[in-house]
Amino acid sequence: MTNILIAIVVLLLIATLVQILRVSELLSEIKNKDVNEVTDEDNNTQGVLFLIVGFGFLIFVIWQMVAWDHLLLPPASSVHGIQIDFLMKMSMGLILIVFFVLSPILFYFLYKYRGKKSNKAYFFSHNNKLEVIWTVVPTIILTVFIVFGLKTWDNAMNVEVSESTTTIEVYAEQFRWTARYAGQDRLLGKTDFRFVEPKFNPLGLVNNEYLKIAIKDKQVDYDTLSRNPLKKDDYGRTNQEKMDVLSGHIKQLPSILNEVSTDVLAQSSDDIITREVHLVINEPVLLKFRSQDVIHSAFLPHFRVQMNCVPGMTTQFGFTPTKTTEEMRKDPKVIKQMNEINRIRLAKGKSEEEFEYILLCNKICGSAHYNMQMKFVVETQEEYDFWYASQKNLKNKLLTQN
Amino acid sequence: MSEHHKENFITKYVFCQDHKMIAKQFLITGMFMAVVGMLMSAIFRVQLANPGESSILYNLLPSHWLDPDGVLNPDKYLALVTMHGTILVFWVLTAGLSGTFANFLIPLQIGARDMASGFLNMLSYWFFFLATVVLMSSLFVETGPASGGWTIYPPLSALPQAIPGSGTGMTLWLVSITLFVVGSLLGGLNYIVTILNLRTIGMTMQRLPLTVWALLITAILGVLSFPVLLSCGLLLIFDRSFGTSFYLSDIIINGEALHNAGGSPILFEHLFWFLGHPEVYIILLPALGIVSEVIAVNSRKPIFGYKAMVGALLLIAFLSFIVWGHHMFMTGMNPFLGSVFTFTTLLIAIPSAIKVFNYLATLWRANIRFTPAMLFAIGTVSAFITGGLTGIILGDSALDINVHDTYFVVGHFHIVMGLSAIYGMFAGVYHWFPKMYGKMMNKNLGYIHFWGTFICAYGVFFPMHFLGLAGLPRRYYTNSAFPMFDGLSDINSIITFFALAGAIFQTIFLFNFFYSIFKGTKATQNPWKSNTLEWTTPIERIHGNWPGELPVVTRWAYDYSKPGADEDFILQTEPLKEGEVEH
Repeated sequence: MTNILIAIVVLLLIATLVQILRVSELLSEIKNKDVNEVTDEDNNTQGVLFLIVGFGFLIFVIWQMVAWDHLLLPPASSVHGIQIDFLMKMSMGLILIVFFVLSPILFYFLYKYRGKKSNKAYFFSHNNKLEVIWTVVPTIILTVFIVFGLKTWDNAMNVEVSESTTTIEVYAEQFRWTARYAGQDRLLGKTDFRFVEPKFNPLGLVNNEYLKIAIKDKQVDYDTLSRNPLKKDDYGRTNQEKMDVLSGHIKQLPSILNEVSTDVLAQSSDDIITREVHLVINEPVLLKFRSQDVIHSAFLPHFRVQMNCVPGMTTQFGFTPTKTTEEMRKDPKVIKQMNEINRIRLAKGKSEEEFEYILLCNKICGSAHYNMQMKFVVETQEEYDFWYASQKNLKNKLLTQN
Repeated sequence: MSEHHKENFITKYVFCQDHKMIAKQFLITGMFMAVVGMLMSAIFRVQLANPGESSILYNLLPSHWLDPDGVLNPDKYLALVTMHGTILVFWVLTAGLSGTFANFLIPLQIGARDMASGFLNMLSYWFFFLATVVLMSSLFVETGPASGGWTIYPPLSALPQAIPGSGTGMTLWLVSITLFVVGSLLGGLNYIVTILNLRTIGMTMQRLPLTVWALLITAILGVLSFPVLLSCGLLLIFDRSFGTSFYLSDIIINGEALHNAGGSPILFEHLFWFLGHPEVYIILLPALGIVSEVIAVNSRKPIFGYKAMVGALLLIAFLSFIVWGHHMFMTGMNPFLGSVFTFTTLLIAIPSAIKVFNYLATLWRANIRFTPAMLFAIGTVSAFITGGLTGIILGDSALDINVHDTYFVVGHFHIVMGLSAIYGMFAGVYHWFPKMYGKMMNKNLGYIHFWGTFICAYGVFFPMHFLGLAGLPRRYYTNSAFPMFDGLSDINSIITFFALAGAIFQTIFLFNFFYSIFKGTKATQNPWKSNTLEWTTPIERIHGNWPGELPVVTRWAYDYSKPGADEDFILQTEPLKEGEVEH
């Protein structure tokens, strides 16, 4: 019913508009004027409007910069992030200067040179000197920024990995993150997607124990499917096709294990799997990213860290956190921001929150893409050791399972 | 073909080979798709402002797109975002913009009777039409249309288990894009051949209006890059339907380990963006061409630095082929490669700056006549400045780390590519409407349309930069899952308010357009006192453009307010006076 009413109202509005237009056109016909000719009066109105709206837009921009400043990300909490922030400030400064020079010139020219029938424009088709100047000047400025940018990029991407660097794997799947610490040996054990078993081995670590689990898991699936080999699923694939893949993987599993030397096999035994990541302040860390299904992107906005997680390959990003979570909670800018957030949350009937470092997914990955998160905690060495000791490594986990 | 022959309804309005009618077919189809795309954006903006609530706008959607409580389904939110992007990028700003104006202006402005091949030209539209039908039909598929983003990155787009839209919806998307590419290649080849071979006597390359230059370069970009999209899509079809592994490797989906091994989704991204970046300029350059013409005519001044303008277009076109990697800084590609792409990307700022300075120099000491077309042309220049500048941030790989895929990007490309191009398209429609339909569009409605659009568009897209600087990723169904984004809800409401208001202002344009076709005041032969050849043709449309001999060109297109002339414009066909120097 409301839809019909809305439709009627819209139709009536259109009809009214048609009539108004007809009237205005008929009127000007009587006065022997062309209603669509642009008069000096029009040029005046539009020129003034450009001046008012144009400068209004510039004021709107300044207002946004002032009013929303406290909502933006706080200063970076990582070593390379501080350099990025500096480059960002410089670049923002540059583009704001250019913006606040060119836009007013544009709006002012429109006002100043608004047309009059009696006027004639100045015939000015080119000027080589002028053109050379405004080609060369941007080129020089850009060169400086390119060099500056490439240096910052180099510092951010080329991490030096030393013996003491902690390596942590971040594993993405629809729609959840999992982390893996390398354990005592500081080496992440080998993985293979065919070893994945959701309950005991979600990341697909390769070792003898998991071989049995993986084969058993796949065998169970195979047996279930084989009861009705011709049945098709929602996507048109028959059980037989799936059984072929499963039997192939079951055959391949032992050989994957055989290719790995015993030393390497041992690397996985002290790995620790967690659902949040703890880091030590001022200690470099190397994050290694993998994905189980589609492309995800690991985004840690507070650290100025982002890297895609791509199925079939490993990517990485190294950085050094410079502020603990506690320090961030005491930062005046963060306090101001959290107050604003909590004010809005309480008004919406949600609970109050404290500041946390968060890992988000930043590449469209499916229906719950908007809610794929994991907590990061930066703390002192003692706090970290205490937390770390409470996490079970793989060997212990297997022992308890058996 | 040179004579005006008899036409019946079918050959005049449906299977027509006259470039002017084909242009109108592209325009109307493009406008229809623009309305669809805009409504989609209105719907998902409502969801972003009021997550988890129902809305009267949702009545426009098929009922199975909503959850039982009347709330938009998250998968279908992604479907809307995907289709909005696809429709606006390909259907509106590629086919709707260059399809319309390349068809309409090339023969008229170079002094040709029609395109080199009228038949191929007709086929180009009908392939596009078929693509439109297939794409629209995908909206009614039970599992929904393609939902993996308009960039359709696999594995998300390859696996129906990953998102429902990657089932039949994605198949239809790929079929539709294949048809689209065929259509645009037929069109593009035709444009290039026509411009190079069918220029009338005296129409040298140095005398071509900038619109034609821009359309020529656009067509070359399209012919070189669209085939890559086609092959990219074909490999994806193989992966989806025939079990190959070009883009897939080591995948477990829904607990099932797939057989695929050895492929790489990064390969897809390289192929996709090899089209994808030139595509940005395929969208933008025709708009800049139109704007150059409209600004010169309505400033009553020659466009400043004609040769530099052509040079800048060529340089932008060349660079656009070697910058695609800036979409992929965060894929884990070699950091050195990132450095190279940063370098080439930032270089584009130079020709872009030249264009802006030349526009400003054209306006300097002009005698500006504010037609609705002129207002929109200025809108393009303003958007090109505002949006182009943020490109300096995004093109810098080091800065891209933290703004990549956030709303900062959404704000950037909607202003520099979306607004610039759509304003250019509006400018073109207002400017050439008298030539298309022999009628004038209402001026005052045009003014209202412009100011409403100009204000609302900046109200929508400028605040997005701040969302991005607050770390908010794009393509999120709601921002309420993270406490850190709760502070942004006011900004989201402001954006949605302006988006809905802006959408309402577009109805004024639609009304003006259709009203003027039927009831508008009659146009004169050269209503804007313009120099170019299209204004020497008769007001009534005839197949063949000029009733008698083809015009002979003796001067460039920009002799406005030339000292020594009686009027402030001189038609390109007017011979040089004795002792007169060509510009």
